[in-house]
Amino acid sequence: MEIQQWTAILVGASFLLYIVIALRSRANSTGEFYVAGGHVPPLANGMATAADWMSAASFISMAGLISFSGFDGSVYLMGWTGGYVLLALLLAPYLRKFGKFTVPDFIGERYYSQTARVVAVVCAIFVSFTYVAGQMRGVGLVFSRFLEVDITSGVLIGMGIVFLYAVLGGMKGITYTQVAQYCVLIFAFMVPAIFISIYVADWAIPQIGFGMDTPGQGSTLLHRLNGLHEELGFSSYTQGSGNTLNLIAITFALMAGTAGLPHVIIRFYTVPRVRDARTSAGWALLFIAILYTTAPAVAVFARTNLIDTVYTEGQFQSHESMPAWFKTWEGTGLIRHEDLNGDGLIQYVGAAAVDEAGNPILNELTIDRDIMVLANPEIAGLPNWVIGLVAAGGLAAALSTAAGLLLVVSTSFSHDLLRKWLKPDLSDRQELLAARIAAGVGVCFAGYLGINPPGFVGEVVAFAFGLAAASFFPAIFMGIFMKRMNREGAIAGMVVGLLFTASYIIYFRFMHPELDSAENWWWGISPKGIGSIGMCFNFIVAAIVRSFTADPPQEVQELVEQIRIPESP
Amino acid sequence: MASSDRGDMGTESNRENPQQNPQKNPKESSGHRSYWRKNLQLIAILLFIWAFVSFGMGLAFADALHGILAPLPGTPLGFWFAQQGSIFTFVILIWVYAWRMNKLDDEYFADGDE
Repeated sequence: MEIQQWTAILVGASFLLYIVIALRSRANSTGEFYVAGGHVPPLANGMATAADWMSAASFISMAGLISFSGFDGSVYLMGWTGGYVLLALLLAPYLRKFGKFTVPDFIGERYYSQTARVVAVVCAIFVSFTYVAGQMRGVGLVFSRFLEVDITSGVLIGMGIVFLYAVLGGMKGITYTQVAQYCVLIFAFMVPAIFISIYVADWAIPQIGFGMDTPGQGSTLLHRLNGLHEELGFSSYTQGSGNTLNLIAITFALMAGTAGLPHVIIRFYTVPRVRDARTSAGWALLFIAILYTTAPAVAVFARTNLIDTVYTEGQFQSHESMPAWFKTWEGTGLIRHEDLNGDGLIQYVGAAAVDEAGNPILNELTIDRDIMVLANPEIAGLPNWVIGLVAAGGLAAALSTAAGLLLVVSTSFSHDLLRKWLKPDLSDRQELLAARIAAGVGVCFAGYLGINPPGFVGEVVAFAFGLAAASFFPAIFMGIFMKRMNREGAIAGMVVGLLFTASYIIYFRFMHPELDSAENWWWGISPKGIGSIGMCFNFIVAAIVRSFTADPPQEVQELVEQIRIPESP
Repeated sequence: MASSDRGDMGTESNRENPQQNPQKNPKESSGHRSYWRKNLQLIAILLFIWAFVSFGMGLAFADALHGILAPLPGTPLGFWFAQQGSIFTFVILIWVYAWRMNKLDDEYFADGDE
């Protein structure tokens, strides 16, 4: 069968599964809509969290990102997994004990302040929408490449599916679809990875294969890849190029940002008990780690295969000799070859490349790094059904994350803004209706962003992590671990953290992109890593302001005592 | 209804009416304090390891460890920690925390007088 038929069958089957689950799990109360009634078993919640967290970016883009940045790509691997340690040790169990439905709920009650609640709601909505736009974009990309539907129809189909289970089932529907989506996406990621590992390294486990010998080459895979990088003038694959402090700042901002993202935190409200919140964090990271430790191996295989294709046995290859996948992707504009020197060969080189006479060689090949995971099965010559599977997996990753984010948006409106602020006399039934309408409007808005993507999605995602790191993480952390942290301190900290981080990013990314380089950055820290500095300012300002304002009321201090201990068994 | 849905887990009632069982507070608070201290100690140890494998082995010392090929024959140690080892360690840390704390919960709160 052709690739397209396989893709249609596999994507169709997975969609059918999601629809069946959606119809079987309808929410009847706000408790079910917001937190699935609090009855999700820890293992299922772990899978749902993993699918919720692993987005189109993790599935489609991350391995490609690492493939093209080598060691420097480690910041994403560590940042997006290390955050779960912070979440499991410092936030999740206590927030579960607190109960309730949303992150702004906690901020509002712990800091006895409607202002704090509203600041938190605005951040939660901003962070979630930023992220959703990227997911819908991923949906469109997969549809247009594999099913040859145009991006608009692709996004509309995706929207229809999300609409069905997010609006009908709320968290209850989302949770069980996410469990199914995790299974689809991890299977779709692992099958080609294992195939390629066997093909390139003769090992079935990619995590081992990428560190072993290349059959018939007499050296290890990474050693050979470093050699190729040196020949072609790229920087070493296994060594960092940037300054270590900046890498640490970026990693830390991603970690704290991960721990502070509302759609991840909210998942821990759905388990029955505090101890379940702890174990389900363990399951979640285990399920995430399966993909996150495979991705760097896939990155090495893909990089080596790619270089071997255009540069075989020390010779640049001609454009005519390129395999079919190369030309298919050229058709989408995601691979571009410009024959600058007119010799018909593809010179794919790094900045430091020189020919025998010592003259610099110009690079003629541009590859969009997002295609690496999608193109990898074709590059390695895997059977057509594997390629269809990857398409289904990419869609599962994008849809599961989009649904989780839309739920945050809908709860923020119906619960935090309407019920808790503007219209406190709302009945449960009305609140549920409001939540459904908000989810529906959210889906449409996300679809609009997917069809007409703002040009700055990549920048804005860095923004989302920076803001979550500089605002939510410190506010929740201090709310649990510092009993005497008060309203004034927390709000001052959040405002300073947010303003500092936002203005740094806006200055370098939007106002003066030409100045966005290491020599102009403060302390050499890039806008991606500035959230960790913003977080430090948040802590310092909060502590100073607290020291000369009144202690929180007695009942709030007792609330803190209560969330620190688990419930009776 | 939302409130009845969540109320059966004991969170709401505990939180909203802490003054209803004041006679328990003095007895509980010393137990709670030692429970909390043990929790903080455990968190401190685990977060030290967390920072050591990621910021330490994976980033700060990565260049120094580049010459050492371990644990696989082709992986420089710092690179391996940055892309593999730290993630494995994170998983273990969370499970250790869950296991230790769930045991501690049983020790302090299992006898049902809470």
